[in-house]
Amino acid sequence: MYPEELKYTDDHEWIRVENGKAYVGLTQYAQEQLGDVVFVELPDVGEEFEMGDSFGVVESVKTVSDLFMPVGGKVVEINEDLEDSPEAVNEDPYGDGWIVAIEIADKSQLDQLMDSEAYQKTLE
Amino acid sequence: MNHQFLPNNEESRREMLESLGLSSIEELFGCCIPENVRFKGSLDLPKPLSELEARRLLTQIANVNKPVSQMVSFLGGGVADHYIPAAVDHILSRSEFYTAYTPYQAEVSQGTLQNIFEFQTLICMLTGMDVANASMYDGASALAEAVLMASSATRQDKIVISQTVNPQYRETVQTYADATGLEIVEIPHKDGQTDLDAMEKAIDDKTAAIAIQNPNFFGIIEDPFPISKLKEKGKKTLLISVVDPLSLGVIVPPGDYDCDIALGEGQPLGNPISFGGPHLGFFAAKENLIRRMPGRLIGQTKDVDGKRGFVMTLQTREQHIRRHRATSNICTNQALNALGAASYLNLMGKEGIQEVAQQCLQKANYLKDKIEALPGYSIPFNGPVFKEFAVKANRPFEEIQKVLVEKGFLPGIHLQPYYDGMDDWFLVCVTEKRTREEMDRFAAGLEGV
Repeated sequence: MYPEELKYTDDHEWIRVENGKAYVGLTQYAQEQLGDVVFVELPDVGEEFEMGDSFGVVESVKTVSDLFMPVGGKVVEINEDLEDSPEAVNEDPYGDGWIVAIEIADKSQLDQLMDSEAYQKTLE
Repeated sequence: MNHQFLPNNEESRREMLESLGLSSIEELFGCCIPENVRFKGSLDLPKPLSELEARRLLTQIANVNKPVSQMVSFLGGGVADHYIPAAVDHILSRSEFYTAYTPYQAEVSQGTLQNIFEFQTLICMLTGMDVANASMYDGASALAEAVLMASSATRQDKIVISQTVNPQYRETVQTYADATGLEIVEIPHKDGQTDLDAMEKAIDDKTAAIAIQNPNFFGIIEDPFPISKLKEKGKKTLLISVVDPLSLGVIVPPGDYDCDIALGEGQPLGNPISFGGPHLGFFAAKENLIRRMPGRLIGQTKDVDGKRGFVMTLQTREQHIRRHRATSNICTNQALNALGAASYLNLMGKEGIQEVAQQCLQKANYLKDKIEALPGYSIPFNGPVFKEFAVKANRPFEEIQKVLVEKGFLPGIHLQPYYDGMDDWFLVCVTEKRTREEMDRFAAGLEGV
């Protein structure tokens, strides 16, 4: 449910560092709370954001939420498949449901995030 | 004071004072309004009138106005004297439709929702755009909303707007821009049309949108294709086009020239001038912008039994949950006016709209030629016109207006307050209602000033 190799944020997002870039998505808990996701508004590749900035929007049948940067950085890839199949966020939140990939500006910011265990404690 | 229309009588006042532990209204006010700012004595008002007397007085005052129905009107600028078929008024008089408000409760509002859905569909057909909303307040606010929408969709703040766009619309845009920090760059006109070179120079990576009007404020039909091409000069630049809905019976619709947001004043569609309002704005866009659209959107769906039904759609987006981040504060629409517009479009049909547009075009050009031949008047711009055209006079417009109003004509809009160097210029609008006889008399009237 909450893979060990990921880092988590208070905003119920995860980040996975992989070959110099980091993938960002919503957690299992977040997708359950949102309900069926119908639309994900993505940033443009090349846009830069600070840690905590809103970089997009996720819309479900019952609500609309902002997406926040887990750490500061530059968007290097966006999951364009979400345009046609936003339900991937529900069906495979840690896989096909990834939202953006970023180039982290300051890796030390990762230390401020939670590991799987700490995150799961916040859900209790 | 006791009065039949005031719900508080002596007894209710006494009860309220008692519960406050006071003995008089004087005592209530005495506690908090300083003595030196309190008004003593009685107001200098005329004696009350009976209902009959009041009606007589108000009728007398109303009669000072000259209604358009008793004049021959050449007034335009977005609102014009078009014919309204009697059936429009009949449909509008159905009390079931008497609300300007949003029908939140779909189960008791199917008629209203269906009408708005049809209105949206008709606006899409007319403009050639993908989606239309449930209507806006008027053309001016629709343009201001389009500008905000373009800025939010592109995340850029610069708007390049042609000065051939209705000056009052531009003022409204400026009002919105002042509050939101948008940069508005106005492009001067050249011979009554958008100066393309100047516009091209003004567009850069930061340009959210180009805004034009076609036919423009001077009535001239501009070529929208080269303007649309200028979008490429920017990065994500959108094209906003203000259109006269009736002109679309004869000229190319915005959907054909890669326009992103098309909007305009809906009054020409079955709505009376009535002193300037209430009217309606229409607002249509490309499908990829649907989630950025201001206002209401009605969608078609199926109920539990699989029957066709109508509901408000895409609501989560703006006003309900994300109010603090919404790009627009428009939460309502002009439902009754939109009903008038939809009824008008349905009654006229495709052929009817074409016929109205052709008559406007032909009659306006008839009068334009006629005025051009008059001594003391000239047509300052060269471009082809739809239903309006600018006239330059060699005498003060005030004088022309005074003489012609006495003869029963509303000669047009004075351009001097809106544009530099147009002191004795005015804008004449000719609708399908004008007859040759009226136009000939009008021209003779102008000559006689």
